[in-house]
Amino acid sequence: MRHGKRLFIATFLVPPLVLYALFVVSPYVQVFQLATTDWGGLSPEAHFVGVDNLRRLFADHYVWNALRNNAILLVVMPVVTIVLGLFFASMLMVGGRRGRAGVRGVRGSAVYRLVYFFPQVLSVAIIGVLWKEMYAPNSGLINGALRAVGLGSLAHPWLGDPNLAFWCVLAVMVWSNVGFYVVLFGAGMQSIPRDIYEAALLDGAGRAATLARITLPLLWDTVQVAWVYLAIVALDGFALVQIITEGGPGLRTDVIGLRLYSTAFGEAKFGYASAIGVAMLFLTLSVAVLALRLTKRDRVEL
Amino acid sequence: MSAPSASDSSVSRRDLLQRATAAGVLAATGGGVLSACAMGGGGGNDKAAGGAKNSANPLGVSESAPLEVVIFNGGFGEEYAKAHEAMYKERYPKAEVKHSATIEISKTLQPRFVDGSPPDVVNNSGGNQIDFNGLVSQGALSDLAPLLDAPSLDDPKKTVRQTLLPGALLPGTYDGKTMALNYTYTAYGIWYSGKLLADRGWQYPKTWDEMIALCRQIKAAGLAPWTYQGKHPRYMSWPILSAAAKLAGPDILVAIDNLEPNAWKHDAIKTAAEAYYQLAVDGYILPGSEGMDHIQSQTEWCRGNAVFISCGSWLENEQKAVAPAGFQMAVAPTPSLTKGDKLPFEAMRGTSGEPFIVPSKAKNVPGGLEYLRVMLSRKGAADFTKRVSSLTAVQGAEEGLTLPPGLQSATKVMKASGDKTFNWVYNSYYRKLERTLVDAACGDLMTKRINPAQFVEQCQRGADEIARDSSIKKYKRT
Repeated sequence: MRHGKRLFIATFLVPPLVLYALFVVSPYVQVFQLATTDWGGLSPEAHFVGVDNLRRLFADHYVWNALRNNAILLVVMPVVTIVLGLFFASMLMVGGRRGRAGVRGVRGSAVYRLVYFFPQVLSVAIIGVLWKEMYAPNSGLINGALRAVGLGSLAHPWLGDPNLAFWCVLAVMVWSNVGFYVVLFGAGMQSIPRDIYEAALLDGAGRAATLARITLPLLWDTVQVAWVYLAIVALDGFALVQIITEGGPGLRTDVIGLRLYSTAFGEAKFGYASAIGVAMLFLTLSVAVLALRLTKRDRVEL
Repeated sequence: MSAPSASDSSVSRRDLLQRATAAGVLAATGGGVLSACAMGGGGGNDKAAGGAKNSANPLGVSESAPLEVVIFNGGFGEEYAKAHEAMYKERYPKAEVKHSATIEISKTLQPRFVDGSPPDVVNNSGGNQIDFNGLVSQGALSDLAPLLDAPSLDDPKKTVRQTLLPGALLPGTYDGKTMALNYTYTAYGIWYSGKLLADRGWQYPKTWDEMIALCRQIKAAGLAPWTYQGKHPRYMSWPILSAAAKLAGPDILVAIDNLEPNAWKHDAIKTAAEAYYQLAVDGYILPGSEGMDHIQSQTEWCRGNAVFISCGSWLENEQKAVAPAGFQMAVAPTPSLTKGDKLPFEAMRGTSGEPFIVPSKAKNVPGGLEYLRVMLSRKGAADFTKRVSSLTAVQGAEEGLTLPPGLQSATKVMKASGDKTFNWVYNSYYRKLERTLVDAACGDLMTKRINPAQFVEQCQRGADEIARDSSIKKYKRT
């Protein structure tokens, strides 16, 4: 029956592998080839230009500007998201101090858990449009709320202010991601034995100490995964930026994904855009490897 | 409308992925999986057999060849095109006319251009239009000369070219060859509510000093004198360039279009920038404008919170749902900067817009050209004006129609401007220069982050960058 079993496995394995090769691997390979041409994307004609695109890439200050924004995202966004996610998750799971015994979440944690997850249910396009209107200077909810409570002096033309626009977009990214990590960390915490928390509680550990000394070390694997995911999100950021600011004002919120897109579809330079794509691929790979390396720690065995 | 409003559609990441997948499929069908190339084969180009050319059929259209038309489904919708298609069908009952409309022209059609099977007529417009520099330099478009030299449908003694408004072909012409037909005719000026001005007893100012004086009055009355499309600040480059062209003559625009060294540093442009910068310095701009997109700011203007706004004549259609009854939308030329301006106050920017193209690899090129000839007939043009309240590039096609107030006003000022009407086309030669570089400079100027001297500096830097970039094809005009 061995043979039959292999056949059985193969029938399940081959179709997805073929699809993967067709729709994922082959476009990747083609991008490498296109990156060495001056293909304009509107005719089948293309000329081999070798590493010209790469050379152009290094001298392109628009690309560097976008990369700088991605770098800031890469540093700030995962940290803020993970810290917030851990904080919320631990409050929801073990933060409650009501009653004498038992480890539980704060009052109403079931409701919070649901609310935090809302952004995750919305598509990124809806989130973008939603926040674009929230930030609108006169009709937007944020300035409206500020004015309603007498803080009109804090009202800003958020997305129109070059010093604020980028942070506004970053805030939306954190907002839309944090819910998922609350759930992820929450699930991780569920696998931590209750008696450890109870022991800590008996020893008089506060919330902060519990989070730093118990939850975080035991959740490290999950945090590591979150770090890699968020780093990849930070290196992209295309969809939200494209919808909320289109890179403006004056390219101050430009990101590398948007640069690639406008180079290809806006300026009809598909060859050069492919070169940007290739550079982005290697960048993302190295960041992922780096994130895994830097966060490597000895596993705590339970 | 469409052409100048960039944010009329947003692209989701999923769309992009779909596009990538589409390219993958294209490649996979082109040959072996890994050896294939997204650039396709370019084959399969079986052209429809042409019909015999004669005086009744000057373009040699085959009676039975199918025709495919793709329309940008923007501010003008698609109903007008269905009417034009019906007119084509009337002439060629045996031809099958395929119609489709999309707001994502580039994403929908780019693979078909690569594949060598583009539609016969494309309304290449909107925020996601296909870059014209790319289309032209890659030989993807048919020269429209045969159409322009063919007799018009209404008067066989006049060629199609002779029925068009002066200057209407300029924006679609690259190195002397007309590759795109810009169908609508747009007046660019400063817009106001006729009712608001009349109610308050204000007069539209003819000079910039009067404008500043009026702004002072308006502000004292508790209104904001100006607003602008903050997230697309290039809208403010239009009055600046217009005022500069009126000050020093339209030759400075030719220099800009031709990317001549220091074209932007002309004194007139700096003077004009100083004038509009004054609005920001004196606080005559509605607070928060810099954070609004075109719809948001134009809506503030319609609500009467600001008095003046720079726009083109698609504004009326765009704001149809918001403008209150009796608003009396009206447009006027930019105020003269000095007494010694080279062009009179009446001179303003008029340009054709809404480009239609016939791809060179289309199956039915004669049919595509004939379709444009139908559009440019008096009947076709009048029908368009009636449906979407926009003028066309066809002379006098609007005569006898009742026009809404904004369009009436635009028609009147365009007539007054007459042969003093000017235009620039650097935005269609080099899309990025206006949409990204000049745009950013205008944003910085109107929020006082840079001064007028830095403004011209920054614009010039952008133009120089384009001029230096060997991967961008350059065009010249006179």
